[in-house]
Amino acid sequence: MTKEEIISKLTTLVKPYVQNEEGFKNMNEDTDFINDLEINSANLVDIILDVEDEFKVEIDNDSMEKMLSVKATVLVIQEKMNA
Amino acid sequence: MQERQERKMTNEQIISNLPYQKPFLFVDELTEVSEKGITGTYTFQKNEFFYAGHFKENPITPGVILTETMAQIGLVCLGILLLKDEISIVSKPQIALTSNVIDFYLPVLPNEKVTVISEREYFRFNKLKCKVKMINSDNELVCRGTISGMVIVK
Repeated sequence: MTKEEIISKLTTLVKPYVQNEEGFKNMNEDTDFINDLEINSANLVDIILDVEDEFKVEIDNDSMEKMLSVKATVLVIQEKMNA
Repeated sequence: MQERQERKMTNEQIISNLPYQKPFLFVDELTEVSEKGITGTYTFQKNEFFYAGHFKENPITPGVILTETMAQIGLVCLGILLLKDEISIVSKPQIALTSNVIDFYLPVLPNEKVTVISEREYFRFNKLKCKVKMINSDNELVCRGTISGMVIVK
């Protein structure tokens, strides 16, 4: 799966939890879930669980702590999918 | 070799670790406790503070209080049990309710005893989500729904 495909799927997963629509419109690799999209910590957990289902991967605590931006999340997903 | 300490926690210890006190403690007793779910009871005394205003001369337990009771027994008590190994005199559990969806079926009057039954849906990355229902002493469904919160020990 290409990086673009992962970002496109991730955008769909993130959408229901976004508070900052402006940030979502401009979502790109550098977007931070908490600062730019104003997603709360409980919904961040929902996104991680959705990522597990969508990409058929298992996210551990260490990886979860890294998944705060689009870029970092894509890296974790790629790493887990290739593992 | 590092020894991992598995601590046991009694039902009374779970209640004493709750971050609430009167007049906002809505847990009397826990009757069934496991890591998969929890059951507990509370009797609404006739002098609870909210009956004076809800409603005028017609005391009925407010829905928010029923929700709070379900959260205290179903979510917070279960969260304390799940985090028992991290709790100590200096490290106390903290809870932030993050969402709830509850449907209500029957009113609860002063002096009624209710039972809350909670089933864990998941506990991951400190988010606990439970399916919770409340029944009255006639075994009738009072309310039910799902409640989620972030539970941490600090």
